[in-house]
Amino acid sequence: MATELSVVDSAMPDHPMEELLRMDRLPHIWCPGCGLGTSMTSFIVGLQELDIDLDKAVVVSGIGCTGRVAGYVKLDSFHTTHGRAIPFATGLKLANPELKVIVFSGDGDLSAIGGNHLIHAARRNIDITVVCVNNFIYGMTGGQAAPTTPLTATSSTTPYGCYEHPFNLPYLAAASGAVFVARWTALHVRRMKDTMKEAIEKPGFSFVEIISPCPTVYLRRNKMGDGLAMMNYFKDKAEIRHGIDPKDAGIIMGGKIIVGKFVDIDRAAHHQMMEDQLGDIWPHDVVQPGLEEEKRAAKA
Amino acid sequence: MSEDRSVLTGDHFITGDEACAEGGMAAGCMFFGGYPITPATEVAERMAKRLPEVGGTFIQMEDEIASMNSILGASWAGAKSMTSTSGPGFSLMMENLGLGIMLETPCVLVNVQRGGPSTGLPTLVAQADMMQARWGSHGDYQLIALAPVSCQECFDLTLQAFNYSEKYRVPVLVMTDESMGHMTEKVVIPPKEELEVINRKMYDGPKGEYLPFKADDDLVPPMMKVGDGHRIHVTGLTHDERGYPVMSADAHETLVRRLIDKIKKNVDDIILVEEIDLEGADIVIVSYGISARVSYRALRMAKEAGANVGMLRLITVWPFPEKMIRELAKKVQTFIVPEINAGQIVLEVERCAAGNAETVLLSKLGGAVFQPEEIVEAILAEGKAPRKKASATKKKAGASKKKAAATKKKASGAKKTAKTKSSKKTTKKVGR
Amino acid sequence: MRVSGFGGQGIILAGYIVGKAAAIHDKKQATMVQAYGPEARGSACSSQVVVAEEPIEFPYLSASDVLACMSQEAYEKFVGELREGGTLLIDETLVTMGALDKDVQIFSIPATQFAEDLGRKIVANIVMLGFVAGTTDVVTAEAMREAVASSVPPAAVELNMKAFDQGYEYGVAQRAAGGAAAFKAAALEAELIGSTQEAS
Repeated sequence: MATELSVVDSAMPDHPMEELLRMDRLPHIWCPGCGLGTSMTSFIVGLQELDIDLDKAVVVSGIGCTGRVAGYVKLDSFHTTHGRAIPFATGLKLANPELKVIVFSGDGDLSAIGGNHLIHAARRNIDITVVCVNNFIYGMTGGQAAPTTPLTATSSTTPYGCYEHPFNLPYLAAASGAVFVARWTALHVRRMKDTMKEAIEKPGFSFVEIISPCPTVYLRRNKMGDGLAMMNYFKDKAEIRHGIDPKDAGIIMGGKIIVGKFVDIDRAAHHQMMEDQLGDIWPHDVVQPGLEEEKRAAKA
Repeated sequence: MSEDRSVLTGDHFITGDEACAEGGMAAGCMFFGGYPITPATEVAERMAKRLPEVGGTFIQMEDEIASMNSILGASWAGAKSMTSTSGPGFSLMMENLGLGIMLETPCVLVNVQRGGPSTGLPTLVAQADMMQARWGSHGDYQLIALAPVSCQECFDLTLQAFNYSEKYRVPVLVMTDESMGHMTEKVVIPPKEELEVINRKMYDGPKGEYLPFKADDDLVPPMMKVGDGHRIHVTGLTHDERGYPVMSADAHETLVRRLIDKIKKNVDDIILVEEIDLEGADIVIVSYGISARVSYRALRMAKEAGANVGMLRLITVWPFPEKMIRELAKKVQTFIVPEINAGQIVLEVERCAAGNAETVLLSKLGGAVFQPEEIVEAILAEGKAPRKKASATKKKAGASKKKAAATKKKASGAKKTAKTKSSKKTTKKVGR
Repeated sequence: MRVSGFGGQGIILAGYIVGKAAAIHDKKQATMVQAYGPEARGSACSSQVVVAEEPIEFPYLSASDVLACMSQEAYEKFVGELREGGTLLIDETLVTMGALDKDVQIFSIPATQFAEDLGRKIVANIVMLGFVAGTTDVVTAEAMREAVASSVPPAAVELNMKAFDQGYEYGVAQRAAGGAAAFKAAALEAELIGSTQEAS
């Protein structure tokens, strides 16, 4: 699509985000009306606005529709196994603390199969950013219930309506120890972008939830209209409540969606805690990662 | 400022688990992600103490799934990395062992085997994960698995495992067991300059042109470190040389065939065995790990009793030394395979013997190692048996001494595997 | 040899020290294999040490040449495996011997009592190691002393060396007397001295 719209002036890039998108991988696989395109766009604009070395930025995804983000961003990017983006990212970050590691994945991936990794990374306060795009459903596999599916909502595995209590993800992340917790919807593109920037710069474990429409297998099945209808729903029902206790930010079918920055506290990140605790045992002249013998020699 | 603590040159009286950790340290391991599990915990404990001394990172992850993933991430960030576990944790690691194979990620996994299935015998020995080591993750692949026979080899082979893993960009397994893991023994760590340490090939071309899965002639692609500015994409999906997913039979054939061939075509380099008195032997013990250790004595005792017996010790268990067994089968009467499982490696021996020699399983299901006498008895029984060339696999229940029904199998089509690249006869002796 | 007792006595450490003395300080080959129950404290526990000039093929004991027992349970469990002509060492504070149907040399020391007298019951295992060094040739006394010093916490070296020396000297004396029975007989003859000491 981007090339078709290319401007005649050869000095101009074909696409304003060309620098950070794998143009040879586009068009993407997401459905019309899906919130993933806007989420990724906000993320990329945020990265462009940030004054960081993008060579050191890494995106790690799990499996699912959101998991495909890693395939489109032109950064070092890893599309790992289902649920495992966070431990993979943990290894990356600890082996080279200079990296800015962003996990971009979906609600099923991060809170069901990867739920244990989510709470432990938050507890440890690993210095990574987790962007969780929550569309209340397993999209890629055809619309099965997720830990986030609201009560009474139908899915292919809750044909009579969901009767399991869903996770309130910001509450879960905050309770587990995240130092930065925020939520926006796919409608709030500028706020989402600003929050992502803030989260990436925040030392420690930051968690950003993006509520996103899945027109194909969630909205349709629940007779909630199309992507645009959901945008209107967000417009009507989203309520910005910065600083609210995330326990009060649960989502119910047809109810309002509390958005905003809920948590922004200071707590030393894992790497800092480790260095402080290890003190002199840790030879500070050693440059990680271990393969850089020459750097190590230079510092010694 | 600080002295180099990576290689603790000198004589040590340490356990097999600790020796595995020191082997990793000597190889330059800088990251360990693990989870406590008997009888492998001591590997993690040693690394927790040792890694900070060299500026490396130890992390106790929330489970073995996370441990395996963390070492993959760390390896891509440029750090040599390892983990250790036992049965239940090994099962959990299988998912992302597959990811490591697909992403061609150098890393080392030490499995200190215990009795299974399930929780089984946490504090007691078994060798029952040998087939899981080969086939435990889904899909087709090849990997490398080494089996130490002593605490010294726990050190030597963990270092060797790192070397293979760096050289071939593949996860390498060190298949030790509870008896070795908890045994304390003299381990000699040589001076750093005497150790052969291999580091992965790194891409040194211009930025933006790097193809992370474009292999050189040795079928192994050079690697990079995350953050080097190449902005690569890496996926567990079937992918092309750029790392981009391609959902096609052709792409899958190209990729997976190469993942298999990069090991199979290098078996000459990878396969390590110890040969003892094979020349002219009627009976050959084929064993590995702690069962091979016990077999040393059994071999001597059987010889004293007049048996014409030799021994082939598998140091590299996977890839399996197919060619060597095939050649040997033409010369010997019987292979005796003692292993602490219900019969795993014996299946490979029998397959490669292809009816040219008899294959006898000596089986113990875990909880104790063989007594040398049990192996001697089997050797002497075979020595008395009439020489016959028909294929037959006998099973002996080592513990109960009950003879199980002999499984007779006709050797069928052993020679039809024309496409399979078999190993050239490789005999490397590693001092024990 | 086998060192045996119950969990918490430092039986594994004792076996480790014997092996280390042989492997590192006497420059021989040695293996140590431990066996213990799932409980951290109180269960039967033993460590098997094999010392040899040659590389060790089989690191497990089918029979022991030297058996050190620091609990009644361990004594009853393992005394059967002691080789004819072997050496039995017991902590007489905790072990009461029964009749033996084989010809073994017996040495006996109130190791736990000695340790209690030193103020720390926990060093009974080191008293026993001193006794091992004094009565057998498994390792040299010098090697054992060095192995003890390098295996205990630095702050505890002095106490442990004292414990070691007590065991060692008691062992040397008993060996010179020709075993526990002869030693006891000699002690009985000198009962006067003994009771005088007790009275004081």
